[in-house]
Amino acid sequence: MNDLRLFERAQAVDETKISAKGVNVHYGAAHALKDVSVEIGDRRVTAFIGPSGCGKSTFLRCLNRMNDTIPSARVTGRIELDGQDIYDPRVDPVQLRAKVGMVFQKPNPFPKSIYENVAYGPRIHGLARSRADMDAIVEKALRRAALWNEAKDRLNAPGTGLSGGQQQRLCIARAVATEPEVLLMDEPCSALDPIATAQVEELIDELRQNYSVVIVTHSMQQAARVSQRTAFFHLGHLVEYGETGQIFTNPRDPRTESYISGRIG
Amino acid sequence: MTDLPANGPAGSIPVHRPARSILETDARTRARNRAEARFRAYGLGALLAGLAFLAILLASILWNGLGAFTQTRLALPVELTESELDPEGTRDPAALAKVSTFGYEDLLEAAMARLVAEEGIATELEPGDLADLLSSGAAAQVRDAVLADPSLIGRTVTFDVLAASRVDGYVKGRVTRESLADDRNLSPAHLDVADALIADGDLTRGFNPAFVLGADASEKRPEAAGIGIAMLGSLYMMLVVLGLSLPIGVAASIYLEEFAPKNRFTDFIEVNIANLAAVPSIVFGILGLVAFIQFAGLPTSAPLVGGLVLTLMTLPTIIIVTRASLKAVPPSIRDAALGVGASRMQAVFHHVLPLAIPGIMTGTIIGMARALGETAPLLLIGMVGFVASNPPDGVLDGFVSPNSAMPAQIYEWAKRADPAFYERAWGGIIVLLVFLLLMNLAAVLVRRRFERRW
Amino acid sequence: MPAGWLLLLVLLIAALGYGLGRRRALVSAGGNIRVLHSLPAAYGWNVAMAVLIPSLLVLALWSFAAPRVIGAMVVPLLGAGEGEVSLLMGDVRRVAEGLVRLGVDVSTVAPEGLRERLGEVGIALGQDVSPATLAAAARYDVLAARSDWLMTVLVLAIALGAAAWTIRRTTSALRARNEVERGVLGLLVAAALVAIATTVGIVLALISNTIKFFGLYPATDFFFGTTWSPSFGGGSELGILPLVWGTLYISAISLLVAVPLGLLSAIYLSEYASPRVRAWAKPMLEVLAGIPSIVYGLFALLTVGPALLVVFGDGGLGIMQGGTAVITAGLVMGIMLIPFVSSLSDDIINAVPQAIRDGSLGLGATPSETIRQVVIPAALPGIMGAILLAASRAIGETMIVVLGAGAAARLSLNPFDAMTTITAKIVSQLTGDSDFNSPEALVAFALGMTLFVVTLALNVLALWIVRRYREQYE
Repeated sequence: MNDLRLFERAQAVDETKISAKGVNVHYGAAHALKDVSVEIGDRRVTAFIGPSGCGKSTFLRCLNRMNDTIPSARVTGRIELDGQDIYDPRVDPVQLRAKVGMVFQKPNPFPKSIYENVAYGPRIHGLARSRADMDAIVEKALRRAALWNEAKDRLNAPGTGLSGGQQQRLCIARAVATEPEVLLMDEPCSALDPIATAQVEELIDELRQNYSVVIVTHSMQQAARVSQRTAFFHLGHLVEYGETGQIFTNPRDPRTESYISGRIG
Repeated sequence: MTDLPANGPAGSIPVHRPARSILETDARTRARNRAEARFRAYGLGALLAGLAFLAILLASILWNGLGAFTQTRLALPVELTESELDPEGTRDPAALAKVSTFGYEDLLEAAMARLVAEEGIATELEPGDLADLLSSGAAAQVRDAVLADPSLIGRTVTFDVLAASRVDGYVKGRVTRESLADDRNLSPAHLDVADALIADGDLTRGFNPAFVLGADASEKRPEAAGIGIAMLGSLYMMLVVLGLSLPIGVAASIYLEEFAPKNRFTDFIEVNIANLAAVPSIVFGILGLVAFIQFAGLPTSAPLVGGLVLTLMTLPTIIIVTRASLKAVPPSIRDAALGVGASRMQAVFHHVLPLAIPGIMTGTIIGMARALGETAPLLLIGMVGFVASNPPDGVLDGFVSPNSAMPAQIYEWAKRADPAFYERAWGGIIVLLVFLLLMNLAAVLVRRRFERRW
Repeated sequence: MPAGWLLLLVLLIAALGYGLGRRRALVSAGGNIRVLHSLPAAYGWNVAMAVLIPSLLVLALWSFAAPRVIGAMVVPLLGAGEGEVSLLMGDVRRVAEGLVRLGVDVSTVAPEGLRERLGEVGIALGQDVSPATLAAAARYDVLAARSDWLMTVLVLAIALGAAAWTIRRTTSALRARNEVERGVLGLLVAAALVAIATTVGIVLALISNTIKFFGLYPATDFFFGTTWSPSFGGGSELGILPLVWGTLYISAISLLVAVPLGLLSAIYLSEYASPRVRAWAKPMLEVLAGIPSIVYGLFALLTVGPALLVVFGDGGLGIMQGGTAVITAGLVMGIMLIPFVSSLSDDIINAVPQAIRDGSLGLGATPSETIRQVVIPAALPGIMGAILLAASRAIGETMIVVLGAGAAARLSLNPFDAMTTITAKIVSQLTGDSDFNSPEALVAFALGMTLFVVTLALNVLALWIVRRYREQYE
């Protein structure tokens, strides 16, 4: 009982990390995201679910301004990180992305050694003062990504030589090495086999202690397993957003229900 | 949970922390952004440098070469005295032909003296020196006119004769009084006369069709040199290239793309073609010299040999492009043809090949444009080093009679001692580039018009 | 019968064969084409191809071989030594040609005054016709006439025989289409073999003459000699090292210009430029690649050389003697290679997956950090391949160095000195009226062989690297 009360209390003090209001995204003439407003809490896992092309990945990419790299993309509305507008002209996207890290759908390790993959972020952001610092950062990141035991003996081997699941954990290690505050994950397990998926899911659950994690997923089971809150996107609209348990057991919107019961998607 | 630090997992690792607020840029980020801007500027600078080189090159070509398209001429009334040209008064062509160009020099000198006197130009130059204002080919021009029409004898006829190249250079600003200080051909005094003749409207600069259509001239007469015959040589070479490289290239591509089994021999052919595309052109020249001239005994300097060499050079390009356009035809087309009972050969020739034609045409035009500008191999098969002065006797004769080609003619002019030929070389480049431009334009149009996306 | 007429006759036989074959097939099917194995035209083509392929092959081979065989047969009549034969044979051929034009009876014509008579029909001779030459020429004419007659008979016999045999075989059951297609496939294979024949031709042409050269001039002196001073009077020193040095020096300078400019332009165009700028600037840059090298040669000789001379020559810094120099040729060649490097690099940079870029940008790297620390290292093998290809281009480039680099072969470190290259010397040794059997001319083949081997090695290596690089990301 005591534990449960503690959990309730933790939720009560939980504060909003990212708050989006009226976000619209256009790719050229296509209206990809329509008036999305959502509050993402700190130190929790928020899952975005929905059928393909529903705008969930697009919204995720708005949160660290990765859409800036697509020339035709246009974002309107307001997205705040800790109450500060991330689309403010004073904001340097480079600095923003250091705080809001990202893990991609396909494992995309750099064609460098495992060590250099992890050290890349800290190095460009100048997080280490010495070689020893860097060694410590790399080790810590690899431990957090549950890759240390497998990789410690071959830190100088190329990252591309790892298995798919290991590569994805390497990418997670790479992302956490820069000490972000938010970690965005775009279908991180879609290219992985079930065992690797289980490992990464376990990892996500641990990462929640330190980061606010936002995960886009195709798999409703995965959303149910790892997230505390779930947002359902459909045709560019945010249809429903709430506690994961509530979304999956008692959805309010009929579209959510249809999707969860497998009728659309 | 309480022992978790308030802000992020600092742990015991001493790290540099970026600014807390994303609205403030920290010093390190500013430095990184400056590096970013610098890098971007390098890229832009490199691009602009490349474009600047292009601009300088084109400006240099136009600035130096446009002059070749105009030429200075003198309207000169020449009295064709009967006593000099036809003392017996028979008008017999054989007798008239006995008077050499040397005999006409006196008429020209007299004509010059009279013109200068009539226009009231004061000069200390002798009539013999005054004739230096004219091209040394002027006498031949007058003689040809007389031989063609003996009835001119005894009359005073106004001829439009070419001015000497120095005079032409003076009118175009290439030659100055200072530069004539130790010139044996012309003196500053000549230029005074030229100035006066310009003022009177006798000496004028006008369009020079002979440069585009005419023949090359000897070292002494840059003012008369033209690129027309060399253009003809290039045309003959291109006919050979087109006639050979297109069928052979297409046939080879069809075999490799549609019929060749995937084995080591096919691989060997493919590697061969890829490497041939990168063999230096001078090596093809050596091949042409040994295989076509020494071994097969074909005539030196013949457009046929040049065309054969350029065919071998162009083949890899055409094969590579043709294969790409055959590959672009989707397999479903082949399957459809095979499905109604066509043989593989019929499927290829009736269905795949027609669809690939636009791509093949584009590739062929581009390959031929490259062949048209190629010079090095032509040097070794003797298409340089002589004066291409006569058009071939017949259409077929054009393939084997010695000729030059546009780029070879340009090289020839660039090597000659008299700087007046440089203007011709630049002008020749303009002509060559116009052809290349037209060919590339044609390639673009073909692609635009017929391009098909699957 | 002249080859041209014979060719027409063969074509005529083929056309007739086409018609007859087609008709015979139709007749054998009783006019019902559904009974035929193939379309009627296929039967016609089958006959035509059976006529054309063998008879034209024989015609071509005979026309090529006959003058050689006949030449060899009349040589003994000349009674001349080894060295003179080739010169005298030229005269023999011309006299033989002249006798035909004169239309005289070759058995009675006298050598006196023959030179003048031949001159009137357009055959110019360097000397009077000797009795031996005349005898050889007369014999040549007799043999040539006989050979022509034999060839005509043989070719026509083959053409008619093939036509008759194929028409006889033509019945409704003949698989004419398959036979025609087999023939067409043979032609396609033959076309593909032209590529191999070209390579074989290049190698044979180079090797045979190179061996001849090394028979006259020691190979060690050629490969390790440091002096290049050919003189057709004899006593030449033909060391390749100064030429190799000039070639490498000019190529190095051109790469110093082309690689940074080309690579940075490619990076700017692919990573920074807006689509509009890209759509304009990329084709503009590629115009540089479409300009023939003779234009660059003239540009070096008449624009860049004099411009450099103003700055570095006697009026300026005084370290440059003339407009043609290593720096002139290197600079201009560099300009020519910019689009080559940039379009190759562009392909290679674009082959790096966007996912890797996103990975870097997602970590908060700036675009330039992403390019320098992730994209370029990832693309490095491909870029090295591109540079090797550019180097091979630079080494094999001829016109720019012929016009822009000067003619002096020297081993110097000063880039403002005139130097020369392998390609320029191939041109100078093989043009003009040189004796093709002297070491001074034959050395060009040894130079060509060296050039061919070096560029081939570079190309094979570069293509291999680039292909392996592409496979990595496919």
